[in-house]
Amino acid sequence: MILLHDLITALARLLIFPGLLFAVPAAWFFLWVERKAVALMQGRIGPPFMQPFYDFIKLLGKTTPSRPGVAGLLMRLWPLLAVSAAAGAVGLLPVLPSSGGFEGDLILLLALLELPSMCIIAAGFSSRSIFGEIGSAREAVLSVSYNVVFLLAIVSIAASQHTFRLEALAHLPASPLQILGILAILVCLPAKLHINPFSLPNAEQEIYSGPMTEYAGPELAMWELSHGLEWVAATGLVATLAAPHLTIWWLAALVFVAISFAVVLLLSAVAAATARLAIDTTVRFYWQCTLIFAVLAISSALFMRFRS
Amino acid sequence: MNLWNKLMCYSRRRSPWLFHMNGGSCNGCDIELIASLTPRYDAEQLGVRLEGSPRHADILCITGPITHNAVNAIKTVYGQVCGPKAVVAIGSCPATMNVFIDSRTLDGPLERHIPVDVFVPGCPPRPDAIIQGVAKAAEILAERAATKSPVAPVVMPLVGPGCNGACACGTATPTESAASEVQQ
Repeated sequence: MILLHDLITALARLLIFPGLLFAVPAAWFFLWVERKAVALMQGRIGPPFMQPFYDFIKLLGKTTPSRPGVAGLLMRLWPLLAVSAAAGAVGLLPVLPSSGGFEGDLILLLALLELPSMCIIAAGFSSRSIFGEIGSAREAVLSVSYNVVFLLAIVSIAASQHTFRLEALAHLPASPLQILGILAILVCLPAKLHINPFSLPNAEQEIYSGPMTEYAGPELAMWELSHGLEWVAATGLVATLAAPHLTIWWLAALVFVAISFAVVLLLSAVAAATARLAIDTTVRFYWQCTLIFAVLAISSALFMRFRS
Repeated sequence: MNLWNKLMCYSRRRSPWLFHMNGGSCNGCDIELIASLTPRYDAEQLGVRLEGSPRHADILCITGPITHNAVNAIKTVYGQVCGPKAVVAIGSCPATMNVFIDSRTLDGPLERHIPVDVFVPGCPPRPDAIIQGVAKAAEILAERAATKSPVAPVVMPLVGPGCNGACACGTATPTESAASEVQQ
């Protein structure tokens, strides 16, 4: 009986909140918020509220060029894999009081968050377009750079508490270490979400659309959706770590959504205020300037372990 | 028409993504096309997005009087745009070859090579005329995809001062442009 109850709650999390039923509209909403915020900061009015939804529906109705062979099959596969990984990552976030299972498993969450970017790298190379290959190479370099900081920051928060369960980490009282870790994650998010100043892989006007150059119709719709879901998952991770511990479930959900929204606004403001950096500057930024956050975080985590 | 088709038709009208191509233009129309995306005109209110890849686009915007060099590129890019698609000829050049009409380097007008849906006359056309033309093209595209029947090409009216009558485009007489100048 308890098992059945667990199964139903796990499914409800994956499919309703914070899973697919919440995540897909939230993905469209965040894509709209980003575009609208950038437009407002540029003194424009910007796209209507339903714009990402219209774009998605329109792309579903477009034809795709016929691509025979394994390459064509792979090109259809990557966007689907990216969407399912990003949706799974959102479903794992422990927004509501937990019941066990994979819920809030940090290692699985990090793996799922990393999969869309892997898919983008593979997608660019399997499209055989020269712009796609340049974009994929850039994405690979970018991913190696920001992931060092991103992973070190998360690992240091986890190491200070001797646990890899996100829920246990979310319930921590605010500490300097946690604030440092969240700051390091925030610095990595623009690169993870490919927005300015780190919009290198899909640099428009420069290498067309990067890895996405050859994708059309429903495949492109899936890429847009996976990008939106990445927004939800990445901002959700920050919200989970930053949110205070609340026992009332609707208040917890509300705080989660509010913090995610604030992070989206912050990132959009950064995107609107900056121009794209070159790839060498970006790599130097992460390896030289931002690594200090991660080193500080991990050393303070180690220090805390030795003291306790 | 069922609900899904209605939604699809509405979405196609509300989300025109452009790919811009220069067919030997003097760059006047290209600048005006970019101007239509700037804060003053803000075409993104209609869902317009300038895309980097023709694979993503719905509407192909072509400027210039179509030089010999551009013909093959235009045909290739037209093939790369995935259906349903529409073509907007921006400026007087793709429609009539304008003042370059006697040049031996030209292979125009555009209609000889690919089907054109909307002509936006002007030398160069104003950004608001271009936005109007793109909106019309999105309407044509949605209608053609829904009814599967051909739609006749549309010539947009001149907006604002536009052509001053000095060129050979024939879309405006000197008196018309003089009248519009007086109105301004």
